[in-house]
Amino acid sequence: MTGTGEMAPLLDVRGLDVRYGAITAIHGVDLHIHAGEIVAIVGPNGAGKTSLLSAIAGLVKPVAGTISLAGKSLAEVGLENVVRHGVAMVPEGRNIFASLTVLENLQLGATIRRDDAVAGDMEGFFSTFPVLGERRNQPAGLLSGGEQQMLAIARALLSRPRLLMLDEPSLGLAPRIVEQVYEELERIRKDGITILVVEQNASRAFGLADRAYIMSHGAFTLSGTPEALRAHEDFDAAYFGVSVTGDSPKSWSGGA
Amino acid sequence: MDRIIQTLVDAISVGGLYALTALGIGLIFGVMRLINFAHGELIMIAGYAILLMFGLPLWLVVAGALAAALVLALAIERAAFRPIREADPPTLLISSFAVSFFLQKTMILFVGSRPKGVDFLAVLARQVEIAGARLQLLQIVTIVVSAVLLVGLTWFLKATRLGLEMRAAAENFSMAQVLGVRANRVIATAFAISAVLAAVVACLFVAQTGLVQPRMGLQLVVIAFVGTVIGGLGSLPGAALGGFLVGAATILLQALLPPDLRVFREAFVFVAVALVLLFRPQGIIPAHGLKERI
Repeated sequence: MTGTGEMAPLLDVRGLDVRYGAITAIHGVDLHIHAGEIVAIVGPNGAGKTSLLSAIAGLVKPVAGTISLAGKSLAEVGLENVVRHGVAMVPEGRNIFASLTVLENLQLGATIRRDDAVAGDMEGFFSTFPVLGERRNQPAGLLSGGEQQMLAIARALLSRPRLLMLDEPSLGLAPRIVEQVYEELERIRKDGITILVVEQNASRAFGLADRAYIMSHGAFTLSGTPEALRAHEDFDAAYFGVSVTGDSPKSWSGGA
Repeated sequence: MDRIIQTLVDAISVGGLYALTALGIGLIFGVMRLINFAHGELIMIAGYAILLMFGLPLWLVVAGALAAALVLALAIERAAFRPIREADPPTLLISSFAVSFFLQKTMILFVGSRPKGVDFLAVLARQVEIAGARLQLLQIVTIVVSAVLLVGLTWFLKATRLGLEMRAAAENFSMAQVLGVRANRVIATAFAISAVLAAVVACLFVAQTGLVQPRMGLQLVVIAFVGTVIGGLGSLPGAALGGFLVGAATILLQALLPPDLRVFREAFVFVAVALVLLFRPQGIIPAHGLKERI
């Protein structure tokens, strides 16, 4: 856990419980992220990582716990206002609008903005990704998976968030494309945007993150710096959902 | 030759009416996965507004029809559909039936179920001669008005911020909200546009039939709904095309079938609908993003 630092965390999640009917997706999760940090949450499929991001984004209502950003509670603001408080999300599967053009997807990313810099931000993105600039008037559904991922990230950034959340940004992408996505995240880090990234691909996320949490069966099992976690003797057990104290091993199936 | 032109013009004008009705239904389905059978009551209330205000200047009557449909549409959205917005599509469907029946029966309670005659837009009943064919002026006006509304709606959806938000919401509502799109604004706009479409359909339909009655919207909506299904539920171009095809087909069958089979023309239409769905279950122009949502 982080030290009770001199500064209040940007994102402060406490005692979070998310349930779908009788199924408990996450239980008793505490998460603190300081401004400028990059935090990774890794864990196998079904560990509750997506549920945690969905709760922060307002997509699911937690049954218990608090979520606040810079001291303001996000719990009651409503789904469409979370972005107005500075949280942007790149969801799993990217969820770009396939029937809309690349440009229209970006315009939707800037929904909450009324300033004159939007067009300039878009041009900046197009100069970084000229392929997307050339195809700005084509339906986004025609883009490749990697291009869609870049578009989804750019769309999220256009709201000028304080916290950018990414759910499995490497999922389903070729290794070369995953490298590009992570290079882009390194660039975003330099702009001072706080990042929370969720991954099954632990090694890739560890390369980026300042701190990481390992999640299994709806709770954090370990946390620390990536170096400390890699060296930790319980890493495999924690990742694969075996209780760290050693009892009741649980099986895990599925690909990373 | 002139009979062919007359039949074609007839088919296109009726197809246009159904296309406008199907668009009204398709628009609401697109943004909230609600099949709004109460759309027929928007047409009906506009019809009664025409009856009530008949005799006043034309622009005032049309404005009254528009206002009546708008007020009812926004009231229905607010009172009946907003509280259950998160409900699953079958619940929404049943609610829309309930709203539709409630409004019809309430109307019957107040004005009775008998049709009332109104000589609305009588000036358009006269014939004009175009390319050797004698055509009713109303049919030409219907075609022009339908085309103008289709173009206008397309422009609105493609060129305005609100239109962009509506198209995004139609494809993936919660993702649109994650980006900050306001659900209430998008849905209220969809209901308002569907009310405008309903009021225009009411004006043209009342002018054509000269009658107003509590069930007048129902028959239009049932046929138009079939149109939205074969066009591709959730797709607006599909709704317009499907509505047009079903409407035009009824007129063409009326003209082409042997006289003793004409009474069964609806049966032929629905056989054609079944065939379309057999080969294209997603509709002629399938919608994006529907699969993840249902």
